[in-house]
Amino acid sequence: MESVPPIVKFTSLQKRYGVGPVVLDTINLTVAPDDFISFIGPSGCGKSTILKLVSGLSPGSTGELTVMGVKPREARDRQAFIFQDATLLPWLTAQLNVEIPLRLRGRPAVERQTTARKMLELVGLGKVADYYPRQLSGGMKMRVSIARALTLTPQLLLLDEPFGALDEMTRNRLNEELLAVRSLSPFTALFVTHSVTEAVFLSNRIVVMAANPGRFYAEVAIDFPYPRRPELRGQPEFQAKVNEVTRLLHEVEISPSS
Amino acid sequence: MKKSFPVLTWFLPAVSGLIFISLWYGVRVVSGLQSWILPTPVEIVAAAVHEHTRLLAAAGHTALGALGGFLLAAIFGFFTSLMLGLSKSLRASLYPWLLVLQMTPVIVLTPIIMLWAGPGMPGIITITWLISYFPIVANMTQGLLSTDMNHVALFRMCNARRWQEVLLLRVPAALPYYLAGLRIAATLAPIGAIFGEYMVGNASGGTGGLGFLVYSYNTQIKIPALFATALTSCLLGFVFVAAVAWLNWAFLHKWHDSFEQADH
Repeated sequence: MESVPPIVKFTSLQKRYGVGPVVLDTINLTVAPDDFISFIGPSGCGKSTILKLVSGLSPGSTGELTVMGVKPREARDRQAFIFQDATLLPWLTAQLNVEIPLRLRGRPAVERQTTARKMLELVGLGKVADYYPRQLSGGMKMRVSIARALTLTPQLLLLDEPFGALDEMTRNRLNEELLAVRSLSPFTALFVTHSVTEAVFLSNRIVVMAANPGRFYAEVAIDFPYPRRPELRGQPEFQAKVNEVTRLLHEVEISPSS
Repeated sequence: MKKSFPVLTWFLPAVSGLIFISLWYGVRVVSGLQSWILPTPVEIVAAAVHEHTRLLAAAGHTALGALGGFLLAAIFGFFTSLMLGLSKSLRASLYPWLLVLQMTPVIVLTPIIMLWAGPGMPGIITITWLISYFPIVANMTQGLLSTDMNHVALFRMCNARRWQEVLLLRVPAALPYYLAGLRIAATLAPIGAIFGEYMVGNASGGTGGLGFLVYSYNTQIKIPALFATALTSCLLGFVFVAAVAWLNWAFLHKWHDSFEQADH
């Protein structure tokens, strides 16, 4: 490969909680700046743990992990996390929720307001800036959450099943919007999901994981060029990739332990 | 159903109230009891009108004591909870003793409080404070401990400082719990004040509070006036609860799920 420095690099990383069983075993992975990597696998395979390690919310046990050349915690300023649920603060309006990361960094009020407003408009929510989370639908809440993650224009975005609770139509639309936003404000993405279609549509690389202990089982390259159109989902090459990943997932579930 | 006649909030309570008052009259007529054992509602209202200067002055006195104790409990309760909610070791060292204090009946402590705080208003306020303090602390501490872990992770990801986490996340998240504590305290504060006044008698001078009136009317066997005092205390309690309910509404109605419209 060229000499572009990796955004994230796992070197024989192992993770266990205390003296408990190994949660992740011998993880090796090099993430390039333009990667959109999806992690998919049975529950308990440690795919969410991958994101926790990269964000520095949870430390690795042995092996090495660097994020943008430094320790995960030191790279926090340049990464953002999008959680399974929208995790909006219910007492703040959409606008003020999006401002939170800027507020925590002590940015001046004017800058906070204009940036947050811009981000809300980017995800198509300029009109509901003054709504409280309880007045928003599930899909809108998730959009606010995405806007909030983007306020600091992170180089690396970690997404932990962000669309898992949404209906399929909303999910598809948000998938398209996420890619559209990414073309305007580029970021490397590590994406955890249960949905094969979603993974194939979004990613250029899919890592299929196995459980007990959690480990990488196979990697599938998805070469469709970006920007990707919604029609892509109907094409036979797309379906072939979906089938390939689904088959790998079946293999993983049939042989659960090594 | 939009803005129809408020059957549930007004009509049904009014009907059940009327039935209750009729039963009251019925019992009085059938049993042939004397007015000084069971006065009729009309006799009570008459007594209230007759005694209204004393009752109003006493209610003012009690309101002052209750408000003083309530505010102390609200302020100290807030800061105690912050200490307990944010430090595991402080919680471990202090919470059991707060429970011990809560388990000790205030009636047992009253003579000691009077001895230390002095009879009259300071003692009354201290008793009210003690009675309404614990529910505030218990609720707010619970609230500080039940902050959503994902919200905490979000703040950690943004490298939030400890004070930012407390001020922007934990305290607002605990606010509904604090207000729930205040609601309980609001029902307890007038009780505390009246109890205190009953125990101190008229040591603070003037008319004394409602608690003193209870004592005074009782010894004079002015039973309808005693009932009128009960009615006044009840109204005072309502004012307290209504004030806190308003506070609760003012802070929460815009965002909290408890104010969600059913047909939203």
